[in-house]
Amino acid sequence: MNAIMVIARTEFRRMFSSPLAWSLLAMMQFILAWIFLLGLSEYLERVQPQVAMMENAPGITDLVVSSLYLWAGLLMLAMMPLLTMRLLAEERMNRTLVLLTTAPVSVSQIVLGKYLGLLLLIAVMVMMLTLMPLSLMLGTSLDWGKLAAAVLGLFLLLASFAAAGLFLSSLTRQPIIAAISTFGLLIFLMVLYISGNSQGSASELFIYLSHFGHFLSFLDGVFDTADLVYYLLFIAGFLLLAIRKLDNDRLEG
Amino acid sequence: MNSESLIEAVALSRFFGAHCAVEKINLQLGRGEVLGLLGPNGAGKSTTMQMLTGNLAPGSGEIKVNGIDLLDEPRKAKCHIGYLPEQPPVYRDMSVNEYLRYCARLHSLEWREAITAADEAKERCNLQEVQHRLIGNLSKGFQQRVGIAQAILHKPAVIILDEPTVGLDPIQIREIRALIRELGEEHGIILSTHILPEVQAVCDRVQILNRGRTVFNDKLGAVESLENIFFELVYQDDPAVVVSVAAEPEVSV
Repeated sequence: MNAIMVIARTEFRRMFSSPLAWSLLAMMQFILAWIFLLGLSEYLERVQPQVAMMENAPGITDLVVSSLYLWAGLLMLAMMPLLTMRLLAEERMNRTLVLLTTAPVSVSQIVLGKYLGLLLLIAVMVMMLTLMPLSLMLGTSLDWGKLAAAVLGLFLLLASFAAAGLFLSSLTRQPIIAAISTFGLLIFLMVLYISGNSQGSASELFIYLSHFGHFLSFLDGVFDTADLVYYLLFIAGFLLLAIRKLDNDRLEG
Repeated sequence: MNSESLIEAVALSRFFGAHCAVEKINLQLGRGEVLGLLGPNGAGKSTTMQMLTGNLAPGSGEIKVNGIDLLDEPRKAKCHIGYLPEQPPVYRDMSVNEYLRYCARLHSLEWREAITAADEAKERCNLQEVQHRLIGNLSKGFQQRVGIAQAILHKPAVIILDEPTVGLDPIQIREIRALIRELGEEHGIILSTHILPEVQAVCDRVQILNRGRTVFNDKLGAVESLENIFFELVYQDDPAVVVSVAAEPEVSV
């Protein structure tokens, strides 16, 4: 347990000692703030007058906040491969993985440590994003349940991206290949969702397999244990594969 | 030789596909002994070292480090090993201090102990003047010394150095050799190299590998001319080379 925390902390710190984490957070914050402001002004000028008289009208949390989190998920689909590629592939390329494999720590501790370090960064990102809807508290009241579901859903979605990326990063010694394959896999899972919803070839199975479908139900404010379990299985599965792969390195050479 | 045996490797073999990298090598190391592992490129030196440090599983054979079976209890055995691979496993984006403390923490030292251990290692390897600098900005010689510091900071019983003086200037080579001699008084050291004078300068005993087999294993004191033995043994089954060596007896290495 201790070794996991040591690796996670160093991993987290190293991301912040390079421009990587800073530029990621700055860029995400800038783009999402822009989207947030756009949504907000549209809501104020166009939507609010229309729905003001309605009973049970969709509130600001439904219209602005949900789409903000959806955008965050979509953007991170493109960013996550760049974060995960360095976790193991870069260590391989720089021959620094030997340091960890020679130290008295197990392969699972290495993988979990690295994963946890990245989760910390994801948590920081989600927290900074959540400051935007929280700022609305100054002028209105929020639907807390919906906001909490969206935060949890985004975090789980990004955690599943990270687990898949970590595994693909363990397969190669070229960071760029790890990034491309991670991006490909994540896009593929999204395409599964689109094709599952398409006219003619709609498929419940495809929708179920895609991580986006589960994310959307979180955004609707539905907290379903099945969605939670889907993400946990997804994450555990890829982490186990990564552990197996690293263990196999020792055997195969 | 000292009675206490730090490394006891019996009948180590390792195949990569059909290619036999190491075949039935026996290797012993006592406390206070510096063992030179000598051989031409591709003789199996690095493979042997990877197996001794638990980075590569041997195809057959067994390894005991300080009496602990490396294959059965890898984490316990690895506490007694310090390893410097061919390329020092340093993170270029960390400062010397950060890096060494991280390494110490990986060896499950507490925070305070880790700082003390890192300070001691810095002193031994003359790294105080660069302790705040990023490793990536240091010269090759300093990076190599950081690598050695990393291998000795948890005071392991066995220190394994893979070509520690490659790429260093003559003054640095002399310093590192002096350091190895000094460390050899209390630890057991295995050193791989293909520089014959280096073996003569620092080692107590030499084990010569060729094509994955041990062809010579004796104390240096009993050896008249290491160079003669080396060429005789290594090239004995390669007639083409014997001819060229005979035609050109003054081979300087």
